[in-house]
Amino acid sequence: MNLRRDVFQAIADPTRRAILLLVASQSLTAGAIASNFDTARPTISKHLSILTECELLVQHQQGREIYYHINAKNMKEVADFIEPFRKMWDERFNKLEAIMKKYK
Amino acid sequence: MEQKTKINAEPHRQEYVITREFDLPVELLFRAHVEADIIEQWMGTKVLKLESRKFGGYQFETADAKGNVAFKASGVIHELRPSQKIIRTFEMENTPFGVQLEVYDFEKLTDDTSRLHMHVIYESVAKRDQVLKMPFAQGLNWAHNRLQDVASKLK
Repeated sequence: MNLRRDVFQAIADPTRRAILLLVASQSLTAGAIASNFDTARPTISKHLSILTECELLVQHQQGREIYYHINAKNMKEVADFIEPFRKMWDERFNKLEAIMKKYK
Repeated sequence: MEQKTKINAEPHRQEYVITREFDLPVELLFRAHVEADIIEQWMGTKVLKLESRKFGGYQFETADAKGNVAFKASGVIHELRPSQKIIRTFEMENTPFGVQLEVYDFEKLTDDTSRLHMHVIYESVAKRDQVLKMPFAQGLNWAHNRLQDVASKLK
């Protein structure tokens, strides 16, 4: 199985990206994640299992509940996660460079 | 093509590093960070106050397309060595991001090229992650808004 390709397919979906955002700072149960979306619960469950299969999310049992958290090791490979942030700075710096060339 | 601007943000750390090489002498790269009229041009922000010296302070204000103030930011300069280094704090008002410490290193590569090394440290891992995710979340919202616009036209 080409895991890498699957990872990028996994984050190509906006709902799955939104799920990753939600669990980036804290572990959440499937119910808590689903409550953030208007989408039907089974659809969210499907997204969660895709993210788990791609090893972007990790499950852990805590009492009777199953919590999801981000698999930091794999998220690190997914540089796309911070790509908009990088792009914002890249555009700013391109502008800086263009402006300052006039001062040469 | 190799990316000119690089970001190194390790998971579970409260900092990141931005590096970028410029086709500019280091003196010009430095000037772009200490002169108000130049900052206004590339940052797209209004500079209300800028005291480019050790223990000086600064205040920025950015408005949206309609002229409403979108954000205010301010900080103090802890260290300023021409064409070498700036250490300052940066805080966006009325946001949950807290204050960040920014260490800028300006490095001469050749007479006409230079490198900026920007080390940004946050109060916590969570706060850093929020800032990193901000443009990502915004993009997500824009996508949803567009979807909504398109959908409402179909009604």
